[in-house]
Parts: sequence; structure tokens; C-alpha cells
Amino acid sequence: MNTQLLLIQVFNGLVNGAFYALLSLGLAVIFGMLRIVNFMHGALYMLGAFAAFALGQLLGLGFWPSLILAPLLVGLLGVVLERGLLSRLYGLEPSYNLLLTFGLTLLTQDLVKQVMLSRFAVSSAPYSPPEVLSGVVNLGFVVFPKYRLFVIALSLVVCLLTWFVIEKTRVGAIIRASTENPVVTRAFGINVSLWVTGVFAVGAALAGLAGVLAAPIYSVEPYMGAELIITTFAVVVIGGMGSIMGSVVTGFAVGVLAAVGAAVYPPIANTLVFILMALVLLVRPSGLFGLPEGAR
Amino acid sequence: MTPLLSVQDLNAFYGQSHVLRGVTLHVNPGEVVSLIGRNGAGKTTTLKSVMGVLRSRTGQITFGGQDISRLPSNRVAAQGLAWVPEERAILSTLTVRENLELPPSRPGGWSTERIYDAFPVLRERGHHPGSKLSGGEQQMLAMVRVLRAGPKLLLLDEPSEGLAPVIVQRIGEIIDTLRQSGMAVLLVEQNLKFASRLADRHYVFVDGQIVDEVPREEVEARRDDLLRYLSV
Repeated sequence: MNTQLLLIQVFNGLVNGAFYALLSLGLAVIFGMLRIVNFMHGALYMLGAFAAFALGQLLGLGFWPSLILAPLLVGLLGVVLERGLLSRLYGLEPSYNLLLTFGLTLLTQDLVKQVMLSRFAVSSAPYSPPEVLSGVVNLGFVVFPKYRLFVIALSLVVCLLTWFVIEKTRVGAIIRASTENPVVTRAFGINVSLWVTGVFAVGAALAGLAGVLAAPIYSVEPYMGAELIITTFAVVVIGGMGSIMGSVVTGFAVGVLAAVGAAVYPPIANTLVFILMALVLLVRPSGLFGLPEGAR
Repeated sequence: MTPLLSVQDLNAFYGQSHVLRGVTLHVNPGEVVSLIGRNGAGKTTTLKSVMGVLRSRTGQITFGGQDISRLPSNRVAAQGLAWVPEERAILSTLTVRENLELPPSRPGGWSTERIYDAFPVLRERGHHPGSKLSGGEQQMLAMVRVLRAGPKLLLLDEPSEGLAPVIVQRIGEIIDTLRQSGMAVLLVEQNLKFASRLADRHYVFVDGQIVDEVPREEVEARRDDLLRYLSV
């Protein structure tokens, strides 16, 4: 394989990695505080893309307003989901949460499918990137679509911002405290339930943001989240549950590794991530960045 | 005098087991009151019930004349109560400073600077993770951490437990300082010597009930009784 092809694959991998990172970051933030695996994360990602599409069709809104509005809408839906449904299952076995969020995923996918067919008469729809980001950049050794570079950059910025807020600010201290010892944190006069709702909303909004970003690359369709979320769960297992930095680094690394691996030996393209996951589970079951359960 | 805290006929449950049976007690403003008794007698459960951390309980709890028995613990804290649990609960994912500044500050509460001036070791360790403190430093941090909220009553669970005598003495001095600033303290202890130096009044717990009440003046005369209550 020549260097140019390798570099192209690295860039493609970074684009995939940008989505893995945003999605696993949201999963990690939610898991850290709520101790639930949000199976619905892929559906929230799809809803972000669908919201951008629908805002464009119905209100004529372009990419930039949708990039702000769609994640906000998905975040709001997160508030409704957490307050209305998930909060009723706290204290029960985790399998109830899995069943609920899995059921909601199926429901959401089919609902969006119906709406797309009946309202817009399409089963999937392309979504254009904004004018300023269309076209390519000549990086000297290779030309690369501008929009994809933008995705990598924005994802990095959002991931670092999330990390900064959680690790370095008062808001982050409250979130970490509520994660580590909710009983004592509440007794300090902090309304932990409110923070749980907020964190879930932010995690959902991150999925929504990834969805908007994905729309111009993969086009908008009801099942776009289903496959991606399976890979993202593998990324989360590799990185370790609940670690913020771990999920970001692993997201990008897995994206690049999978893309380069696919170029070296194409038949392995779809399974490489899961081979990595199996290896990590064998050698370090708590994930590369995760603490063993007892040490938390 | 109207009591600051008044607990009437408190019953508490862990699942099927009935752990507090008709506990009635009060704490006056500025008073230090101890709950003494063996392990499992219900002292810690009483503190948790008052704070609203343990919700499966019946009975009336009023604070400053207000009924607080139905409030969640975050709203109990807002009324002016603070709880320092037995395990100290220093958050290991937070720095010492973040631990200190976690409780929301309220009017009448101490500023971070005032706390640092009174306890300079915490300023030195400000950027260390909370988990890196010694046992005595953790107890000190746990006690002063709630001061930012300016509580009127401190619920203090076994502050002397597992600490060397010289540190225990220091913890006693901190409690004296808090009392001088007008704070009332409800103290759970198994260490009679420590409790009798600090408390104005003692309630004796046996099997989830209060069986005796001993004011400071009678502690000397009744020392043998008290030791018998505490012996295993």
C-alpha cells in the first residue's frame, strides 16, 4: 500500500472516529451518572439527522441553524425521556433499562420511517453540506473533502470542551460528586435528580449533534443509527465504561485502525473492531481506560 | 426555650427490620448533644432519618419550628442542617478544594478563605485528590466542608473513630470552635471520654430506643451506668 492511500485511509478513519468519539462520549457521560446503558443512543443520533432534514424541509432552515437547533431538540427529548420514563426504573435491574431503551429505539425508527414516507415521500434523503464547506482542500499530498475535515475538527473541539467542563469546572465537580456518591451530594443541598436529567439531556444532544454532522456524509434514513451504535458499543467496551477521555481517544483510534486495517486486508473491514473488542475483553476486561469495578 | 430540632416518636425501617422504635429527642440552639450506645443501637439511623437520607420512617421531625419529615435531603440541607457521615465521604474524584466548595454557599456560611485560614493544611493540599488525605485530614475536611452552607445544626457521626488520640483531641477543638460560633451539634459517639468532654447532654441508645438521658453534671456520678450501656 502506498503512502498516499494510507493517508487517505487515516483521514477516512478520523472521520469515522469523530462519530465514534461523539457517540461514545455521550454514552460514557450518561453511563457514568445514571449507571444505565442507553441503547437508544443510535436512535437519538438518527433523530438529530432527521431533525436537520425536517427543519430544512418544513422551515427552510439550512445547515448552520440546524447544527444548533437539532441537538437542542434531541436534548429536550432527552429531558422528556429521562423524567417521564427512565427515572421510573432507577433502582431496578439494569435489564429493564435495556429493554425500555431498545423498545424505544424500534419505535422511533419506525415512527421516523412512517413520517418520512407519508410526509416527505422518501425512505432516505440526501442532505447538503453548506456552500462554504463543499468542495475539497488540497493538502499537498492528497485532496480531501472540506466538510469531512470540518467534522473531524468540530468533533475534537466538542469532545475537548466536554472533557474540560467535566474535569475542570464547578459544574463538572457537581457531576463527578453525584456520580461518585449521590446520597452525600444530595445531602449537601444539591438537587442530584435535576443534574441527572441535565446530564442525560447533554448526552442525548451530543448524539443529536453527531447525527446532524453525519447527514451530509451518509444521508438521512431511519436506520442509520442501528449499525453505527453496535460499533460504538464495541468502542465503549474497548475504551472502558464511564471514562470521558478514554471514550474520545478510543473513538478516534478505533476509527483510524479500522480504516487502515480495511485497506491492508479488505475482508477484515467489518470485523476488525470486534476482533479488537474481543482481545481487550480477554486481556483487560475493564477496558483500556476503565478502572476495574472494585477500584471505582 | 423552643428546641432547634425536635424529633417525636421516630420509627425507622430497613426492609423488614424495625431499627428505631419510638425515638423522641430534642436539641436546643447552640447545644451539643450526644447519642451514645453500642454498634447497631440506632444512632446512625437516627442521624440519617433526621437528614432525610433514610426515607422509610414515621414520626415527626421539626427544625426551627418547620416540619422537615417529608423533605428530600437536599431541601433539609437548605433549612440549615448538615450531615457528616461516619465514612466521611470525601469524594476521591474531586480535589480537596472541590470537595470543600461542593456544598452551595449560603448567607452566614464560611468563605473558602476563612476555612483555609482556620485550617491551613487544607490550603496546602487544595489541589490534591481528596483520596490522598490522611484519616485525620479527611475527618477535618468532612467537618469543615459543610461550613460554607452555614448550618445551624451539624449532625456528626463518630468523628473520633479510627483516629490517633492527638488527632481526636484536635477534632474536639474543632467542635469547640463550631460551638463557639453558635452552631448546635448532634454527635454520635461510642467514645464516652470524648463525648463527655464535649456534650451538654447525652441520650443513651439500646436496641433502637432511648433508654436514658444524662445531663453533663451527672456524667461523673453515673459513669459506671454509662460504661455498662456501652460495653459489649
